[in-house]
Amino acid sequence: MSVLAATRAEVCVVACSDAWRGSGEVLAHAVGTVPTISARLARLTHSPDLVLSDGEAFLMSSPPPLGGTAADGGTVEGWLPFRSVFDVLNAGRRHSMMGASQIDRYGNQNISRIGDPQRPKRQLIGARGAPGNTVNHRTDYWVARHSPRVFVEAVDVVCGVGNDRARAHRTRSLRFHDLGVVLTNLAVLGYDAEGRLEIRTLHPGVRVDEVRAQTGFPLAGPVDGVTRVPTDEELHLIREVLDPRGLRDREVPG
Amino acid sequence: MDKTMQLADLTSHVESGMTIGIGGWGSRRKPMALVRQLLRSDVTDLTVVSFGGPDVGLLCAAGKVRRVIYGFVSLDSIALDPHFRAAREQHGLPVTEYDEGMFVAALRAGASRLSFLPTRAGLESDVLTLNPELRTVASPYDDEVYVAVPGIRLDVALIHLNRGDAHGNGQYLGPDPYFDDVFAMAADRCVLSVEKIVDTTELTAAAPPQSLLVSRMFVHAVVEAPNGAHFTSCVPDYPRDEAFQKRYVDAAGSGESWRAFEASYLAGDEAQYQEAVRALRVPEEVTV
Repeated sequence: MSVLAATRAEVCVVACSDAWRGSGEVLAHAVGTVPTISARLARLTHSPDLVLSDGEAFLMSSPPPLGGTAADGGTVEGWLPFRSVFDVLNAGRRHSMMGASQIDRYGNQNISRIGDPQRPKRQLIGARGAPGNTVNHRTDYWVARHSPRVFVEAVDVVCGVGNDRARAHRTRSLRFHDLGVVLTNLAVLGYDAEGRLEIRTLHPGVRVDEVRAQTGFPLAGPVDGVTRVPTDEELHLIREVLDPRGLRDREVPG
Repeated sequence: MDKTMQLADLTSHVESGMTIGIGGWGSRRKPMALVRQLLRSDVTDLTVVSFGGPDVGLLCAAGKVRRVIYGFVSLDSIALDPHFRAAREQHGLPVTEYDEGMFVAALRAGASRLSFLPTRAGLESDVLTLNPELRTVASPYDDEVYVAVPGIRLDVALIHLNRGDAHGNGQYLGPDPYFDDVFAMAADRCVLSVEKIVDTTELTAAAPPQSLLVSRMFVHAVVEAPNGAHFTSCVPDYPRDEAFQKRYVDAAGSGESWRAFEASYLAGDEAQYQEAVRALRVPEEVTV
């Protein structure tokens, strides 16, 4: 256990970092501040083969500054313009950690719109790459504010494909579908044998009834325990190297 | 052949009811001078095909859009374009929303004159249910099925690059070509605007031949439009004008503020637009 008290945001960064463990030499695709820091932390600690991009068009041999691109410094090890991203994901050498405006118990994810799809109450960013990501390679989700508005009985638009739909598919075309974990500001969730979300670990200080109250569908245990706290080395990397301006706290306050 | 053209002659290539492709990506290297010229014209009822940014937003605000076919509509540093959002939420503007990879497949199929390209992306997602015209295709070799993404043919493509010559050879100097070459090839006609028209020999004097993204085979008209991607980025010539983009977004807040924005920036010609944008910067420089 660390002697330096970690914040909730730092616990989240480390929980996300652990999600990249074992992915090997694949492109880390991270959406959001905490996931971005987590991929870089994984690269500097347990997953040195992970491939990082600068968020624009270059692959970097070491983590670029947060919010900066290759233009701000660092060593470029590859060129990955937007068009090539689709070649990499089609080849399956990629692991995504995306956001979710809505997610249901089977991991169906929505980032497109809320309400009537033809005339939405709220137009969101759009399906983006979620349909293609989820049928091509491992996909995790990061939810910065765990609430019943996000964890819903049924999503309004299925962008990221959930386990129920993937399992109902009758051909071999969805054999690369691979939902990993859902990481939130409260807990780490995994999928049970039936493909339904369940609690894996609770972040330090979070009670299980709190997580269940913030989830719009029944969420089973078993609860393995408490999410691990960052090591001193991880805290040093997060605070001094990767995110000295504390942008993680804007995504996960408190 | 000399293909140089004045911005004002854009309507000799774009007509109402057309399907137009707009290059760039989000709020990056968009042919904004060409889009502003469309706003000044009476061209309307457009089907817009785009990795959308403020190009889609401005055309929506001007009521010129019949349908948008897109992978996303975003301003990058600001997640959503407010005019596109309003067109969807308040008016139910029809859209064809694809997965980004599907969108690329549609363009590539169009460029190759194919009726479709197969892709795994979209299977079992609501992209299929929301676009009921989409079909799947069974592999003739094994038991897989794929989404058969229909090819998009464009009547005209509008793209903006850093440099070009009078014959229509276009060059990008930034880190990413986006899909401007594919847009050009998927279109019956392509209008290329560039920061600067140079002599052909100058194109490769300082940059490698690999930067020559678009061949004159696919370009029908070339417009010299310095700062012509403003307020989107056009690196290395200039970054995004974040302050102006914010001004654009804030102006969308009410009908009154949008009419004021239009009066200040969109009522005149391109030279007046650029002058008004320059005038915004002057006071800051004086006070520094």
